[in-house]
Amino acid sequence: MKKIALIAAAAALTFSAQAVAQDYKKITIATEGAYAPWNFKDSAGNLVGFELDLAKDLCARMKLECTIVEQAWDGIIPSLQAKKYDVIMAGMSITAKRMETITFSRDYAATPGSFVVTKDSPFAGFTTGLAALTLDEVSAEERADLDKMIATFKGKTIGVQTSTTHENFLREIMGDNVDIRTYDTQENLDLDLQAGRVDAALASMSYWVPLLASDKGSDMKLVGPGMTGGPFGAGVGAGIRKEDQKLADMFTAAINAAIADGTLKPLAEKWFGFDASAK
Amino acid sequence: MDFSLLVYGDSGWGDEMLVGGLMTIAIATCSFLLGIVFAVIAAAAKLSQNIAFRGLATVYTTVIRGIPELLIIYLVFFGAGQLMRNVAVLFGYTEYFDLPVFVTGMICIGASSGAYSTEVIRGAVLAIPKGQLEAGKAIGMNKWLMFWRILVPQAARFALPGLGNIWQVTLKETALISVIGLADLMRKASEASGSTKEPFTFYFTALVIFYVITKVSGRGFVFAEARANRGVRRA
Amino acid sequence: MFSMKVISEAWPELVAAIPVTLQLTGSALLLGLGLALVIALMRLSSHAVLRLPALGFVDLFRSTPLLVQFFLIYYGSGQFRPELQEIGLWTFFREPWFCAVFTLMLNTAAYTSEIIRGGIQSVGHGQIEAGRACGMSKIMLFRRIILPQAARQALPAYGNEIILMVKSSSLASTITILEITGVAKKIIAATFAPMSVFLIAGVIYLTINFIVVIAVQALEVRLSPQLHRNRRSLRSRFITFFGNPTEPQEKT
Repeated sequence: MKKIALIAAAAALTFSAQAVAQDYKKITIATEGAYAPWNFKDSAGNLVGFELDLAKDLCARMKLECTIVEQAWDGIIPSLQAKKYDVIMAGMSITAKRMETITFSRDYAATPGSFVVTKDSPFAGFTTGLAALTLDEVSAEERADLDKMIATFKGKTIGVQTSTTHENFLREIMGDNVDIRTYDTQENLDLDLQAGRVDAALASMSYWVPLLASDKGSDMKLVGPGMTGGPFGAGVGAGIRKEDQKLADMFTAAINAAIADGTLKPLAEKWFGFDASAK
Repeated sequence: MDFSLLVYGDSGWGDEMLVGGLMTIAIATCSFLLGIVFAVIAAAAKLSQNIAFRGLATVYTTVIRGIPELLIIYLVFFGAGQLMRNVAVLFGYTEYFDLPVFVTGMICIGASSGAYSTEVIRGAVLAIPKGQLEAGKAIGMNKWLMFWRILVPQAARFALPGLGNIWQVTLKETALISVIGLADLMRKASEASGSTKEPFTFYFTALVIFYVITKVSGRGFVFAEARANRGVRRA
Repeated sequence: MFSMKVISEAWPELVAAIPVTLQLTGSALLLGLGLALVIALMRLSSHAVLRLPALGFVDLFRSTPLLVQFFLIYYGSGQFRPELQEIGLWTFFREPWFCAVFTLMLNTAAYTSEIIRGGIQSVGHGQIEAGRACGMSKIMLFRRIILPQAARQALPAYGNEIILMVKSSSLASTITILEITGVAKKIIAATFAPMSVFLIAGVIYLTINFIVVIAVQALEVRLSPQLHRNRRSLRSRFITFFGNPTEPQEKT
């Protein structure tokens, strides 16, 4: 028995041992690398984006040695639980559903969800009474806007990235009336929006604004209200295993410090083109 | 189509695609070799007298042949690390460890490749005339000597054409590992497509590179076969 | 690692996705078989104009990964939307379902045409000469002598191709189609319990392929009753087809 244990231990050591010490000196942070401007790759293949800069700042504040790894969005929470890494910083919204499985630091960015269509689309002129909907408690006015939204897109195809708060919204609010198509990456969804395979795409404003300002998004247009709360969750935070609550508290403190000394706001403005930072 | 996107260097994706291609060759080679190891073990089990060994080997080849490789990749990607850690904990080892994506991919594609190679190797061993082994025994060779001197060289020759086919299948299957994030040719093509909005340009480039790798390595196997068969009398 | 709650919830959803996988595989196989027959005949033609394009098609599709073919046809076609619209083909390429069936069809046609070619070439020369001597026309010769024998010869290999296509259809999940693998991924996104869900999906695929094996073998017996007088047990069918598809040839 002992011999087997030794072999198992030796075998284990030969694999990349990314052991997490309990006092948190070295941690591994996962990001997706396909969700500009939060995290993406430049043409030299380097990971860049708001969260990469923020992670660097926060790690320096916490005096942690951080390694950033890439992880496909699909398995990002299971792999956190499997301890492939310790923290997720990948534009992930804080939702009740996710809180059942993992915990979060406080939010570092707040980003309304919004629809985008192509400029030549019949929905390019779609508007609602309110410019912003907060869906924690739906008022009569907000209900009317949601109904208008449902009536407008009835029977149409709406694309969304899989396992996102935006998918939650579509399934909860519009699921019975529209055809929801889910994508592994936001970039593939963009390709299909431009190709006209989906009538509209739902994603975070933080993603849309810089994209629409660039050449790549010049044929797209934001329509309808910006939506927060309810199925959209409570802002974007760092996802952390429940057993590492101490680490989550450290992140919260570091984010608070970054807000207090005025680091976060210019960082957000630099990457998003508007102030998407948490207050 | 804008071919200037394919230039080598920081402004284009040519260098990324090339690195991706090398990664594809690396993962395919490692998976294929691991597959042969699996296949030799499984073929030996299938040829053994022990019914439990035969049964296990049959379960292995049947399950792998009946389930999509994509599903196996997801399953191993999400499950293997967890399973190994659970086992390690039983032996009192609590430190965290995990398999890198490369190893995960290698195990999945290797297992798949091995299941197909098993039959090739089993067939090759059975194709060796019994008389040769009897002759070996008669001149006093022990089992190991017979294995290395008689079985391996001849079985390798009989197995080469079949293994050449399996190499091609393995090479193509590696594209699937891109779904769990290995930075191979396919993944690089996806990244470049998303970034440049020119999916056709990059997937077409990936197609061409895969074609070239398949063809060149195919010639390699033809050459190896010719070499292995030198001195064999032709009817 | 495994949760009974997830398994009991995921099971009905995954079973409900079986028809999608079957429709996808079935339509691709059916269309692909027709195309494969044409390509096989082109490859056997003595005219280079027919032979070479068929050769190129088969070579290209057999030498490259199916996933690349999927993405090239699906996302790649989006790059040529205006051109495709102009010739009226965009209505097809716009639909993921069409792209999936189209890709799988081309892929299976490339492999199947080689299986058919092998079958046709296995028909003895003497038989064809005998047919000619009886005054059969080319079409009659093909229909009455070549095709039935080629089909019988090609059936085991084609059975393998069917299984490969059932497996390959899982790649359609990468272009937004919710067949078994796609639904499995969707459930995982909601439950974060990957192992249980993928295991059920694996069992479903294994069952489908087992049924394919039995059906193909039954067809084999029908097509050549003189060769299969003795009924084989279920277990031996499973092993001979699934486990040891290439029985070692007896050397003489």
